[in-house]
Amino acid sequence: MRVNRIIGWIEERIDLSGVKHLLQEKVVPVHHHTIWYYFGGMTLFLFVIQVVTGILLTFYYRPSAEEAYESVQFLMTDVQFGWLVRSIHSWSANLMVATMMIHLFSVYLTQAYRKPRELTWVTGMLLFGIVLTFGFSGYLLPWNVLAYFATKVGTNVAGVVPIVGRALLRFLRGGDDVTGATLSRFYGLHIAILPLLTTLILGLHLFLVQQQGMSVPPDVERASAQQPIRTMPFAPNFLLRDLFGWFVALGVLAALAAIYPWELGQKADPFASAPAGIRPEWYFVFMFQTLKYIPARVGPFDGEVLGVMGFGIGGLFLLLVPFLDKRAARGEPSPLFRWIGIGIILYIAVFTALGYLAPGGK
Amino acid sequence: MHACIDCHKGLEEERLSRPVKKIANDYHMVRGLKCQDCHGGDHTAFDNKEASHSRAKGFLGKPKRQDIPAFCGKCHSDPRYMRKFNPKIRTDQVKEYYTSVHGKKLREGDKNVAVCISCHDVHAIRAIKDEAAWTYPIKVAETCTRCHADAKYMKAYKIPTDQLKNYKKSIHYEVLTKKGDISAPTCPSCHGNHGATPPGVDSVANVCSNCHAATAELFAKSAHEEAFSDLGQPACVTCHGNHDVLKPSDELLAGGKDTPCATCHEVNSSELKKANEIRTHLQDLAKGIDRAEAILTRAEHAGMEVGPPRFELIEAKDALIKARAETHLVKVKRIKTLTDPAVVIAEKTVKKGQELMVQLQFRRKWLAASLLGIAAVLVGLFFKIREVDRRGGSG
Repeated sequence: MRVNRIIGWIEERIDLSGVKHLLQEKVVPVHHHTIWYYFGGMTLFLFVIQVVTGILLTFYYRPSAEEAYESVQFLMTDVQFGWLVRSIHSWSANLMVATMMIHLFSVYLTQAYRKPRELTWVTGMLLFGIVLTFGFSGYLLPWNVLAYFATKVGTNVAGVVPIVGRALLRFLRGGDDVTGATLSRFYGLHIAILPLLTTLILGLHLFLVQQQGMSVPPDVERASAQQPIRTMPFAPNFLLRDLFGWFVALGVLAALAAIYPWELGQKADPFASAPAGIRPEWYFVFMFQTLKYIPARVGPFDGEVLGVMGFGIGGLFLLLVPFLDKRAARGEPSPLFRWIGIGIILYIAVFTALGYLAPGGK
Repeated sequence: MHACIDCHKGLEEERLSRPVKKIANDYHMVRGLKCQDCHGGDHTAFDNKEASHSRAKGFLGKPKRQDIPAFCGKCHSDPRYMRKFNPKIRTDQVKEYYTSVHGKKLREGDKNVAVCISCHDVHAIRAIKDEAAWTYPIKVAETCTRCHADAKYMKAYKIPTDQLKNYKKSIHYEVLTKKGDISAPTCPSCHGNHGATPPGVDSVANVCSNCHAATAELFAKSAHEEAFSDLGQPACVTCHGNHDVLKPSDELLAGGKDTPCATCHEVNSSELKKANEIRTHLQDLAKGIDRAEAILTRAEHAGMEVGPPRFELIEAKDALIKARAETHLVKVKRIKTLTDPAVVIAEKTVKKGQELMVQLQFRRKWLAASLLGIAAVLVGLFFKIREVDRRGGSG
């Protein structure tokens, strides 16, 4: 067959034994938690969609305060399928954050971070931070009213970090206020720095996953002492299932983009006051809502500073969980860390809901 | 500690203790003035009415009503004194007051007319920028009509008492109270405040033109200007009313017997036909704009981007505003030069809106087609997965 001849030609020049091993011998455990294995691949698929649609958008987008809004408007109205590419890019970003959160918490609750996969977890957490930064930086680029004020509020929060806050705020904004300088650097961050970091860290993350295989939850591992774990070949069985999920995601994206196209809104006016009920994108709402509830002063401390430090500590906890959870490292049940994880999920869910349902939240 | 306040706050007679309760909100107190600065007397003579009320110490007591302007004017008409508090503040209020109907009648001995405290309150006088002040733009109409809407109180003066009732129907009142635009006209805007006098027939257009300058200029060039003057009819008010100035509509030009035009012009006269022609141009444009807005709103709610056609429609809306102002010049040709191109813009916008709705249907059809394609792929994948699983791939 022609395919075999092409493969033969390549094998004479490049060692494909690693790829062959992946395709012919890699297996995926089959148990009642297998469903969670698909979310990493789903996040990767949505990221690829982001890259493709993002590249298409750069053909028309202009990263200056004077032209950004108009260039997006031109894209939406005059460029063939420009509306579709833009809407898919915006919806896919939100879906990617959602699948990434599911992936993160499913990995956490199945304790897949335990030895020998600590580095995989750390690279995953770094990717989580990068994706949130992608979302934050990309949100400003249309330069509309919501984006402008969301960025203003978000960078104000960065300014509250002790010691480095002021410098951090000026670095993020390119000055004291959100201006065209902020837009330019957010654009550079969004299309150059973050993709480069993602390439490096994602590459490492995927390499580690392929090297170490899929983690099996501790309860399944313990049960396998009595009965061996069922497996399925990575190729074609797992890959076909992945592909199935990806096509479902594609259908959902197409439907969302066509029926609920992403709004452009009004052009940013730095002299206007912030619209009532302004809030960030949904994945930041739980933090935003928490800060609203913290009193201005808590004892001798500034309430906002305490809140931001709290989030920092929470993030650090998650990053270091493989090194903190000694019981999981020994292969023992770790109920404390499981309940902490459930608590974090409930906190995020409840405070996100409050951000939309509480009075003054609409 | 202050002898006046200390004593008066404990007095049983309400009219004597009331000032102490009220001064908490007084702007004079905020600026450091106390009872003795207006009423004289000795504010350090505690528990000693004779000493605190001593004429030798300049005690003036409660001034007579006809003396109130001079009482307040003691300070407010003294530029050297007032510039200590505000160098820009006017000091001619009392002089102006005596040019007003209120001031003239007070000098004639009529104590029922308004004096300073009638409008500014007493002991709880607030700064004019204070929203609770009786003279704050949103509240001043109620202040004036405390007397002017009281039919029994105003009986002797034989002037109408329905001004507030009419004013509340007006567009000026709506803009002032509902939109919070404090530049909208209220009683002093047209009548003056200290020198309050209703504008005369020959000067009311000057009053309206302070805000409606462009329209007044057009009217001044029209045939109506001379005609109204000859007939002794006030400009602006003849068609638009004075207190009950309603939001003007194109129907004012309809020429029916209840319309202002019919006051002077015969039904079916050439002038009324002209008015009707103007009305038709304006209404055609207004309808065109409404149709364009409706279809753009539909498209927008369906998720289409309507920014550019909405922006283009602004030109048509501006033209309608200009054309409506031009009715005061009453030249059909000039109005047509404004409305005709604007109608074309409105029609183009309607077309763009229709194109957007067509595009929407196109998107939905292709979405359905692509979803069918995706569904077909999913079915194919489903069977392929079953096949590879059966082949013994799932261990």
